[in-house]
Amino acid sequence: MGEVRWKMIELPAINKKELQRRFMAHMDPVLLLALGLLMLVSLVLLYSASDGNWLRVFGQFMNIFVAFAAMWLVANMPLHYLLRSAVPIYVLGMVLLVCVALFGEISHGARRWLNIGVATIQPSELMKIAVPLMMAWYFEKHEATLTLRNYFVATLLLIMPVALIARQPDLGTSVLIGASGFYVLFLAGLSWRIMLGLALSGLASAPFLWSMLHDYQRHRILMLLDPSQDALGKGYHTIQGMIAVGSGGFLGKGYLNGTQTHLDFLPERTTDFIFAVYSEEFGFLGNLILLALYIFVIGRGFVITANASTYFTRLMAGSITLTFFTYAFVNMGMVSGILPVVGVPLPLVSYGGTSMLTLLLGFGMLMSIHTHKQLVKT
Amino acid sequence: MKRPAELKNHQREIYYFRLRLMLSLSFVLVMLLILLLRFVYLQLFKHDYFQTMAESNRIAVVPIVPNRGLILDRNGVVLARNYSGYTLEIASRKVADVEATINELATIVDIQPKDRKRFKKLLAESRNFDTLPIRNRLSDEEVARFAAQSYRFPGVEIKARLFREYPFGEGTSHLIGYIGRINEKDVDELEEHDIASNYLGSDYIGKTGLEQSYEKELHGTTGFEQVEVDASGRAVRALTRTAPKSGNTLVLTLDAKLQQIAEDAFGNYRGALVAIDPNNGEILAFVSKPGYDPNLFIDGIDSDNWDALNNSPDVPLNNRALRGQYPMGSTIKPFMALAGLFYKRSPSYTISDPGYYLLPGNRHQYRDWKAGGHGRVDMFKSIVVSCDTYYYGLATELGIDRMHSYLSQFGFGKKTGVDMEGEVSGLLPSSEWKMKRHNQMWYPGDTVSAGIGQGYDLATPLQLASATATLANDGIAYKPHFVKEIQRPGGNAIAPLPQPTADLHIDPQSIELVKSAMVAVLKPGGTAAGAGAGAPYLIAGKTGTAQVVGIKQGEKYDANKLSEYNRDHAWFIAFAPADKPRIAMAVLVENGGHGGSTAAPIARKVMDYYLLGKVPKPMGTVDGGGEVEND
Repeated sequence: MGEVRWKMIELPAINKKELQRRFMAHMDPVLLLALGLLMLVSLVLLYSASDGNWLRVFGQFMNIFVAFAAMWLVANMPLHYLLRSAVPIYVLGMVLLVCVALFGEISHGARRWLNIGVATIQPSELMKIAVPLMMAWYFEKHEATLTLRNYFVATLLLIMPVALIARQPDLGTSVLIGASGFYVLFLAGLSWRIMLGLALSGLASAPFLWSMLHDYQRHRILMLLDPSQDALGKGYHTIQGMIAVGSGGFLGKGYLNGTQTHLDFLPERTTDFIFAVYSEEFGFLGNLILLALYIFVIGRGFVITANASTYFTRLMAGSITLTFFTYAFVNMGMVSGILPVVGVPLPLVSYGGTSMLTLLLGFGMLMSIHTHKQLVKT
Repeated sequence: MKRPAELKNHQREIYYFRLRLMLSLSFVLVMLLILLLRFVYLQLFKHDYFQTMAESNRIAVVPIVPNRGLILDRNGVVLARNYSGYTLEIASRKVADVEATINELATIVDIQPKDRKRFKKLLAESRNFDTLPIRNRLSDEEVARFAAQSYRFPGVEIKARLFREYPFGEGTSHLIGYIGRINEKDVDELEEHDIASNYLGSDYIGKTGLEQSYEKELHGTTGFEQVEVDASGRAVRALTRTAPKSGNTLVLTLDAKLQQIAEDAFGNYRGALVAIDPNNGEILAFVSKPGYDPNLFIDGIDSDNWDALNNSPDVPLNNRALRGQYPMGSTIKPFMALAGLFYKRSPSYTISDPGYYLLPGNRHQYRDWKAGGHGRVDMFKSIVVSCDTYYYGLATELGIDRMHSYLSQFGFGKKTGVDMEGEVSGLLPSSEWKMKRHNQMWYPGDTVSAGIGQGYDLATPLQLASATATLANDGIAYKPHFVKEIQRPGGNAIAPLPQPTADLHIDPQSIELVKSAMVAVLKPGGTAAGAGAGAPYLIAGKTGTAQVVGIKQGEKYDANKLSEYNRDHAWFIAFAPADKPRIAMAVLVENGGHGGSTAAPIARKVMDYYLLGKVPKPMGTVDGGGEVEND
């Protein structure tokens, strides 16, 4: 260790303009605009969905504020930090997941939370970032000599956390993480033949898996497929969601005027079913606008992915973008009755601090990838 | 520096990557197109249909709570029932200032400070969308007074409800248990078992005892009513109705009168009694003293009563019969004798008892309870006079692991499998257990004290009663159980015929010897002679004492010197009539001293009622009497 030398740092006189430039240096204005609009929709919609409860709106505002700060930090972080943090974050996440399986707290029928003394945490949320990060890191490391074995190992890295999370049981999160990891595999060039093989063997093993399930688990799966089986539980949600969407019509019933929403027919109005509120009050036209916003965000993500300079960043950016799409598609699909009800929020719109944070962390990485590329060797 | 070959490869890679990216993009667009088509279908094509659905979607589904099943004793005496009454309830979500509302309400109906305390406790524990009772059992006058002024209290309403009541109160508290309001933990549990929708309108769930263990049978199936609601969500008229199915009625094996007599026989003593019909495992009486008033718990107990119960040194909330674990003391001896006979100790083998036992090569004296000893003792006498020295020697001869394997057949050290939740397994030590638990070798001295049930061993009153029943029934074991019959509301009933769970194949001569010695215990010269005096039927029994504090070498046990809670626990196991047993039991009296003087007379009263129909004289007069010997 050499001796420490204190340097005088000359602080440049920073004017307002310079500050603005520095603040925005690693932000992507195009993406920022689209995200901002979606969050605006969220705040406006929450006021209606919560029957005019300002606390909910303010709560979401705070969620956005915190998540935005995190996004800014990540966006300003050079990429090699991201690369280096992949393994520790993944290992930490796996350890926490195993802890949850062993001594997690049970709430609402699932073992998802871990009490760490000061707070309870849900490690599966961490894995939404950690799994694609880890897989992208792994492919980057073996880029020069990719063989079938590497794909196999990467698949293992994906399956372990997904299985642990599905066991909790948390179907929604395991589907999302499974998808995010699959996207990495796909973009990393997994051969078509293997994908076909996997799909076929998955189908072939279905009867075997089915016979392994408990009666109540089978019942749950059957309920997903036929909501009328459980007209008072989740089936009721689907039916009421479809009525809300359908009765919205072309122009919608108008802001604050949704009868499904305001007569208490819609469940989970501020979280998983907020799209039903939107659809009922703003109609088909509103849905077009919302879809356009999502396509805009996704499109920008694709542009960033296509221009990313390293293997790692390409895989990461692609996975983040496609996962965001999956969020939106699964949620809107479940509310409009073409997908079974699994707990997936409408991205950037549903009330909730954790999903807001995870999503914006992802966008922070996208922005970092886009604005730091000149600094990273190819 | 990269070589050209790799560079080319790299460009190829980028090309393939972009190809896949394009494929992904098309996938995304196709999926979003599907979504868009779904919107077109729902919002444009089917709009009219869903519009009508939404408009007629003034139909709300209202759950109808089923009546909870009754609990009856074997003769039809009601142990848990429902009655209807009015409650005053507050929907805290709809009330801005709960405190002010309650103050206002207090001017119309009588609201005691304890009602407020209970309400506060409920509020803290409840799900936020609940309506919570501030007062129960309103009088008709109070109902009328509130009804006239109800417009002043939005979010407060009168509800007609069924209430649970336990007519025997304290007497059946540990047996029946109680129901209580559903809390967050219960909700989680219900969701885990996927039965939450059957509890949509329910406020109560079984929390302890049979109310908990038979929750599934007692609760019933929730019905539903579809009601039309107006634009503001108020119910206008009922459309369809699916009637609820009442819960099933439980008919217990218990005899309520016998239970009460057993309860009273304890007087002010703490302890437990379990009486079983050895021919089928039916539990006839199940007492844990002291009890508590289960009726206090139904709508949430107020904090004063709760503190009193929870902090009492007598731990009334502890179910001693099911969960209390005590050293077996000398009640282990009949079972030890059977073990000895099984492993070929001759019944005529006789020792000369100097009043203590010495392990070979050791000067430590294992004392007999009787200073100076019992003289010449064979197996028969060893039970009658409860000779410790005899069993020190027998245990040493058998060794701990043979003891363990024989005694565990009687159910010691494992759960009986009784149909009540929360049972504990007691402890029957073995050398393997000690190594695992304490990481220590089993010492010969451990075996000596285990021979008289004073080592590591622990048993619950239920376990000991069950083991006694098995002994009484010549080694044919039945699982102890509380429920004789489950009656469906329609009228048909399920009454499983008890099947023996094991046959220990005890040699008839061995069982004869042990039984006759146990009969002699209640005859003059036996350790419970007083309790047996004047019985017109034959009683077989064995006394026991479980030490609470150890007595040092060379010191003498003196009850007067010890504080009440440190005195020995008294055990008595018995069955009768000895020649054709109809009732077997275990009685434990905490800090009761000698089994013969405190526990045995309780057993006698219970047997007198069960076999002769004889109701004991009122408390205070002690019958029986006679010389009671130590054990």
